[in-house]
Amino acid sequence: MAVQHTDQSVPPRLRFSDISVRFGGLTALDGVSFAVPAGAVVGIIGPNGAGKTTLFNVVCGFNAPAAGSLELDGDTFRPRPHHLTRRGVARTMQGLGLFSGLTVLENVMLGLEGSARHGALQDALALPRSRRGEARLRERSLQALDELGIASHAASLPDTLPYGVRKKTALARALAGSPRLLLLDEPAGGLTHEDIDELAGIIRAIPATGCSVVLVEHHVDLVMSVCGRIAVLDFGKLIAEGTPAEIGANPAVTDAYLGVEPV
Amino acid sequence: MTPSKSLPAAAGAAAALIGLTFVLEPFVSYQLATVCAYLCAIAGLTVLTGSGGQLSLGQAALMAGGAYSYALCANAMAEAGIEGPVLLLAPLAAAVLGAAAMGLVIGCAAGRLHGPYLAGFTLALVVAIPAVTSTFSEMLGGDQGLWITVEKRPDALRGTVSNEQWQSWLAILCAVAVMAVLHNLLRGRFGRQLRAVRDNSAAAALAGVNVARTKIVSFTVSAAAAGLGGGLLAYVTQSASPGAYSLVLSLYLLMAAVIGGIGSLTGAVWGALIMVFLPHSINSFTADLPVSPDLAQRLDGNLAIAVFGTVLVLVILLAPRGIQGLITAAVRRFRNSGTEPLPETTAGTAGSTGSAGPAGPVPGTASLPTKLSTTKGQP
Repeated sequence: MAVQHTDQSVPPRLRFSDISVRFGGLTALDGVSFAVPAGAVVGIIGPNGAGKTTLFNVVCGFNAPAAGSLELDGDTFRPRPHHLTRRGVARTMQGLGLFSGLTVLENVMLGLEGSARHGALQDALALPRSRRGEARLRERSLQALDELGIASHAASLPDTLPYGVRKKTALARALAGSPRLLLLDEPAGGLTHEDIDELAGIIRAIPATGCSVVLVEHHVDLVMSVCGRIAVLDFGKLIAEGTPAEIGANPAVTDAYLGVEPV
Repeated sequence: MTPSKSLPAAAGAAAALIGLTFVLEPFVSYQLATVCAYLCAIAGLTVLTGSGGQLSLGQAALMAGGAYSYALCANAMAEAGIEGPVLLLAPLAAAVLGAAAMGLVIGCAAGRLHGPYLAGFTLALVVAIPAVTSTFSEMLGGDQGLWITVEKRPDALRGTVSNEQWQSWLAILCAVAVMAVLHNLLRGRFGRQLRAVRDNSAAAALAGVNVARTKIVSFTVSAAAAGLGGGLLAYVTQSASPGAYSLVLSLYLLMAAVIGGIGSLTGAVWGALIMVFLPHSINSFTADLPVSPDLAQRLDGNLAIAVFGTVLVLVILLAPRGIQGLITAAVRRFRNSGTEPLPETTAGTAGSTGSAGPAGPVPGTASLPTKLSTTKGQP
């Protein structure tokens, strides 16, 4: 289990306060409150339809909460999707979320949109500012690819690559902008056991860069091994929160999600 | 080609084409000017539809916007007694700005639409042109359109350069400039944003791309290019009329972009060439056919549309990436045929794992495990 130290004097990186989301008559999230400490890896688990991805969509601004509020580093946070990277929030999507018409390098360069300073006019006229900006984005993207060991695939299109490389490309895009909060939506989906072990190593290393991680994942072993705290959702409600040991021993969680060992 | 190299390449292409006009018949120079005018519009469509994934049937309406902007500006300046190069350049700038303004307004509405809804919306625009010109007939000339006072070739060139040749020079310079600018745009940050929005708008937004603004800018850029094309066409034909910018022209432009290769600006060149020279060749062919005058009259114009449609179907079936796709594939095959095949073991390794990452992390950066790249699992 990962050991994560949190400073109680600083505000949490992300705080959900009484978040509720409704789709017509369906309540997808019902008064969810918990916090993601700075420098922590927090897992969110629960059965299908529990509201895990909806919670991510609230953080990303895709779903507006009917009630409740978000705080990012102590400040009220009203997210809009394309402003997230500027606020230091990055997210990977279920599946891959890659752009099939762009090379691996270009995919990762898009992860640096929040820090890009040259615009279409400079591009159109091939001004020096555009050249410098592109060179900087390319260098930082290659660095992000290099850190994950896939820089040799920079010029390839994602669809031509093994699934694991594509997963790493999506991760590199999210990490390229040096986020302070990383939302990982089922990153282990489609990976082999060996790959999942390697993914666990990557996730454990992320807090050392100053980034907090929120992990939505069905692979319970991965969640238990990398997360310092775990929140459990069921039918849109937070039914438990605690350390992996506490969650594993919680009968409500066992009933709702983890299941019981067959006798 | 990098953006920094595109300007010398564009200058070289313009010089070569201008040199070519010295050996062309005046009528072919005129055709070359129309090719360049259509090229501007098709290149704009390539940006909007090919790279942006936004299907537009309204490109002719935007060309009309450019043509009428040119006409109104040129006639107003001529009435004010203005002559010289400014009478040439200011109306062209008006054509670009007028059409770009149209594109900006249209893009604000169209940015919320996609697929058939966007196609339907842009179709309505081009269908509405005759109604607009009729409603504002005092300003736009109604069904007859406007005759335009244009700035002819400079006096110094009279006697050595034909009017058609001069028109083609202007059109070549404009088209080359449009191609260079659009090439730079597509190669840069905006091009990435555009393709990202096309491929996955939710993921693009998460990456920090303003999806709505990207769509609006792509409409504006495409409209500006189409407007310049319309302005050039107005200059060459010395008129702007609703009949010249009909739905048929919109469909021709789209077909030309698809046949040429809609994902590529070079494909737009093939499309523009086909759009001008294919109907001309077919009409010349039917004129020589030993058929009755009645049948020849019915074939005139209609056969070109039929051939265009047939070519379009064949291209979609046999070469979805258009002529440029065929050329690219042929060049790639030719290059591969000249290279030594990799030893079997090396080729197998390269193709099966993708694990060959470079040396470790860049100094000064946080190091993350790097073994996941060997994964071959599928979802």
